[in-house]
Amino acid sequence: MSWLKQSATDTQITHGARLWLYVVAVLVMVWLVIPTLLVIPMSFSASQYLEFPPREWSVRWYKSYFNSTAWMQATVTSLKAGVLTALLATPLATMAAYGLHVSRLRHANLLLMLLLTPMVVPVILIGIGVFYAYVKLKLVNSMLGLVLAHSMLAIPVVMLVVASALKSFDLDQELVARSLGASRIKAFWMVTLPQIKFSVVTGAVLAFLTSFDEIIVSLFVSGGDNSTLTRNMFNALRDQVDPTIAAISTLIVLATTVLLVITQYVGRGK
Amino acid sequence: MARNSSLPITIAQVTKTYGKVFALDHVDLHIKSGEFLTLLGPSGSGKTTLLTVLAGFTRPDGGSLKFGDSEMITVPPHKRDVGMVFQNYALFPHMTVAGNVAFPLKLRGVVGAESARRVERALEMVRLGGYGARGVDQLSGGQRQRVALARAMVFEPRIMLMDEPLSALDKQLREHMQIELRQLHEQLGMTTVYVTHDQREALTMSDRIAVINGGRIMQLDTPRAIYERPANRFVAEFIGESTFVPVTVAAGRLMLAGQPLQTAEPLPADGPRLLMLRPERLRLLADSEDPGPGFNLLAATLAATVYQGDSSLLQVALPDGTRLQVRSASIGAAAPTEPGRALRLALAVQDTVLLPPDGAAA
Amino acid sequence: MSDLPNALALQRNALWERLGLASLVMPALLLIVITMLLPVCWLFYLSVLSDAGAFSLEHYQRMWEQPSYGRTFLTTFRVSLLTTGICILLGYPLAYFLSELPKRAANLCMVAVLLPLWTSLLVRTYAWLVLLQRRGLINNWGIELGLWDEPLTLVHNLAGTLIGMVHVMLPFLVLPLYASMRAIDRNYLRAAANLGASPLRSFWLVFFPLALPGLSAGVLIVFILCLGFYVTPAVLGGGKVIMVSSRIANDIEIFFNWGAASALGVVLLVLTALLILGTARLTRLGNIMPSGGRP
Repeated sequence: MSWLKQSATDTQITHGARLWLYVVAVLVMVWLVIPTLLVIPMSFSASQYLEFPPREWSVRWYKSYFNSTAWMQATVTSLKAGVLTALLATPLATMAAYGLHVSRLRHANLLLMLLLTPMVVPVILIGIGVFYAYVKLKLVNSMLGLVLAHSMLAIPVVMLVVASALKSFDLDQELVARSLGASRIKAFWMVTLPQIKFSVVTGAVLAFLTSFDEIIVSLFVSGGDNSTLTRNMFNALRDQVDPTIAAISTLIVLATTVLLVITQYVGRGK
Repeated sequence: MARNSSLPITIAQVTKTYGKVFALDHVDLHIKSGEFLTLLGPSGSGKTTLLTVLAGFTRPDGGSLKFGDSEMITVPPHKRDVGMVFQNYALFPHMTVAGNVAFPLKLRGVVGAESARRVERALEMVRLGGYGARGVDQLSGGQRQRVALARAMVFEPRIMLMDEPLSALDKQLREHMQIELRQLHEQLGMTTVYVTHDQREALTMSDRIAVINGGRIMQLDTPRAIYERPANRFVAEFIGESTFVPVTVAAGRLMLAGQPLQTAEPLPADGPRLLMLRPERLRLLADSEDPGPGFNLLAATLAATVYQGDSSLLQVALPDGTRLQVRSASIGAAAPTEPGRALRLALAVQDTVLLPPDGAAA
Repeated sequence: MSDLPNALALQRNALWERLGLASLVMPALLLIVITMLLPVCWLFYLSVLSDAGAFSLEHYQRMWEQPSYGRTFLTTFRVSLLTTGICILLGYPLAYFLSELPKRAANLCMVAVLLPLWTSLLVRTYAWLVLLQRRGLINNWGIELGLWDEPLTLVHNLAGTLIGMVHVMLPFLVLPLYASMRAIDRNYLRAAANLGASPLRSFWLVFFPLALPGLSAGVLIVFILCLGFYVTPAVLGGGKVIMVSSRIANDIEIFFNWGAASALGVVLLVLTALLILGTARLTRLGNIMPSGGRP
């Protein structure tokens, strides 16, 4: 325990004096991560009342998930919506981020804030607003309506990622490319895009996750055949605690983690 | 790389304002075909703006820009066919050296063996033959600069633009590259417009120098003429060292500290003028030395001496109190150091240069 | 200037270029305007429409008069303030700890903060439901270990809601706070020590003010998110903790009362906007005063 007497800072504060800080910090970090992790083993519990550690291990809740047409359809809907959102939001947001960055528009900041408003306005408002509009436009319970709404929510996320990549990118390279004979579009395509590629892909993944995990707008706007996984889960949560949700949660956590880890590693490999 | 032609550049009335500020003020400039012209000036003078107008990246408010006989002012940058070297080289990090140099060729439809041949030739011209497969991050600063050069030259542009390309290099490398660039220019013969704030660089490399300040050309002349016959105080101060002494031309005579001075040029009209004295042009005479005709003689008293290695800088005072600086090369006898010592200075008649007084136009 | 040669052609080119760049921004802008701004404006309009369709402020009046609305707002503020407060208590030490770690270790520990952020909100809320319910993990362990006899009601009440909310909001406080702390030049603390400040004083007089921008940013984000938050209070509050967002959702789903819901929504939006503008003003003032705003 002599380590406790060593100083932790230039100002000679010892580790011992800071012990409480370390304990609190570690406890908080554990508290942040554990609950989600606990769901994973609990989902394998055979009993109706999820136990940890499970007295009996079983995959019955997974079977219940995969065998249920309702759950499967909802999963497919969510996956489809997620992919389509990524496909729509990523190019739109990348173009917007690029356009704002390159132009020396006086109102660039204003436009940027406008494009970020979906992050600032309370989602419940967006939810009921979109619902109301969709009722009038007959877009309720449609995949098109869902994707449009999700893309609107995903655009700020992608924009932030791409804009930050552009900020650390030397735009002089585009100027050089143009002086060498490339039009603006060619210069972007051949010089800029290959170098911000990683951020664009990260943005796309985040757009997918934004759509996949989106609850409130989907609650109002998706339904019937196009009900999302999140909507079904939310309704199930409110009614009774269906243990199938534990299985679904585990799958979601694992899939999300894998997706994010892969994206990080691909980026680091560059 | 067979050079067959270069183009003259004619700039007429080019103006660029940002709000009320004139970055370029009705600039007129004709650059001869195959000439190496330097735009020299302090930061904010407009020299880089003029270069980016030539490249097409800055859209002026108006004016005419001709390469040869073609009006280029509304032509987008990628259609102007000029080579450009940037201050920070802006090499593409996601391509190899060869990829960088081949880039303009690819855009012009030159691929395959022909492209590889021209790329290698361009690299050889900048003494980087065989470096094609290297990544950009494996190169030193000087090597990157040369790749940028090769990339700008490989498609044989008839005009080359350079924006302070050597400013990021250390002194020795910079001086070496100055000579190399000049040699390349003589070999290839294209019209080159070179931007710098370093007067020594400008003097070394240029056929002609355009000194720019406040968006206007202060003087356009050969290096020697700019150094020895500056048109006004700004140019004289920007290039080389000098002291400026207010004098008066009266009744057709020029007087300094009670002494008449001869000049090579005919005297201007009566009125106040500035006498430009370059420290290295004032020669210390030995006690009974007579420099002969063609020299103005000045008597002075030594105030202080600063030893600077290759030369010494002497602070002297004329009988009427005017303070001057004299540079004495460290050759032969050491420079005098006793304050109060009487000195005799010789100033060649050709070096007795008068400038318009402060505040007057060039 | 138009007396210069080619001036008009150059102006035309400039215009085309600006239009071209604007067209890059247009699609995203259009999507957001059409799917979000217009509907939200519609809501504003609905909020001043009586049930009969005429212009009326009855929805706002009702909000002012009926005590249930007052309770809803009170609950919302209470939950938001408590959540923010607990987040500060837990998040400040964590952020400080992370900011003192060497870069690599800090990045690794950041995973603990970031991963919950990107894990589905529903999953996190569900996890707490499972942990806190009457026959949930915490109660089972508590009873097994003899800590208490009867299962505690940890969910469908304020406690459960707070636990869930803090869990969701903590990363939003820690991230900006950490960034702010990381950027503080440790030389300031060395100087303070050299000038005679004890660790506590140098923390309070030097470190805390310098980390204040990050703290304010985090607090603002958390508080605003709490005001409008729906999922976690709805699930963990179980209908007993009614916040503005639940009220809005109920007004629509159960009562189809668009007027009431949109009026509530407008108030929520205005509150959010005022908070953002207010904080922006305060931080600007804080930047001017040398002591970071404190006299």
